[in-house]
Amino acid sequence: MHEHSGEPHTSNRFYVAIAVILAVLTAMEVMVFYVEALRPILVPLLMLMMAAKFALVVMFFMHLKFDGPLLTGIFSWGLFIAVAIIVALMALFGKFSA
Amino acid sequence: MEGPTSTGIPHRKLAMWTFIGSECMLFGTLIATYMIYRGRNLVGPYPDELLNIPFITVTTFVLLMSSLMMVLALSAVQRGDAKGTRIWLFMTPLFGLIFLGGQYYEFNHFVHEGLPLSKNLFSSTFFVLTGTHGAHVAGGVLWLGTLWLRAMGGKLDARHTETVEIAGLYWHFVDVVWIVLFTLIYLLV
Repeated sequence: MHEHSGEPHTSNRFYVAIAVILAVLTAMEVMVFYVEALRPILVPLLMLMMAAKFALVVMFFMHLKFDGPLLTGIFSWGLFIAVAIIVALMALFGKFSA
Repeated sequence: MEGPTSTGIPHRKLAMWTFIGSECMLFGTLIATYMIYRGRNLVGPYPDELLNIPFITVTTFVLLMSSLMMVLALSAVQRGDAKGTRIWLFMTPLFGLIFLGGQYYEFNHFVHEGLPLSKNLFSSTFFVLTGTHGAHVAGGVLWLGTLWLRAMGGKLDARHTETVEIAGLYWHFVDVVWIVLFTLIYLLV
């Protein structure tokens, strides 16, 4: 079966740069986990770095940044439902109460 | 044979993104279950006694790098670089296998330390969540393995870009799920 032979979206050097950023962010995540002084802000810090890594892979490795808005919409809708389920159930089980 | 499309997006690619969207919901429910039962164990062993952060950081790094290799494989097939396609399509599932080996070691260690599947709330939710992810990795390894075999047989070239791209979308999704699990399970103990 013959398919459309798409052109590469970006250069290999760019992909390597993204991978380096992902590795650095992972190292930073583990580093902040062990720093006692950062305990009060550990959760927002880790969530921020997790979201950054997630976005980098989806946007550049999965090429969502270069694809049409329909694919972004399909993925975002599934992701929204997933996050809503997690947040709603955690609230229901009192996970956000002091 | 690919039929005409009204969206401008190839059917298989649209189907894969729809599947990925539904997979988000599947993992959303499993993550929600893990999170609501977190810290509610009545009996040990407890997660902070067992989770090995340095070890899992290494396997996480391996999975992240497999995503780089996947995107390099796609780039190679797009450029018609047969040698590059073969190399990167071999390395990607190989790194996936290393990750699975790490997961097997971790599961085995937990059971050896007295934490089988039904021991407590942590073990049930942990094994089901990470096991489901591991099953996805295993599926990806098999899929990419077949693509590598096709590449070795000279049956995968620039005309099959979309085939590699779709497999890559699945592989990267497995990676982003682990990015979330690594933080929620291992770092937010």
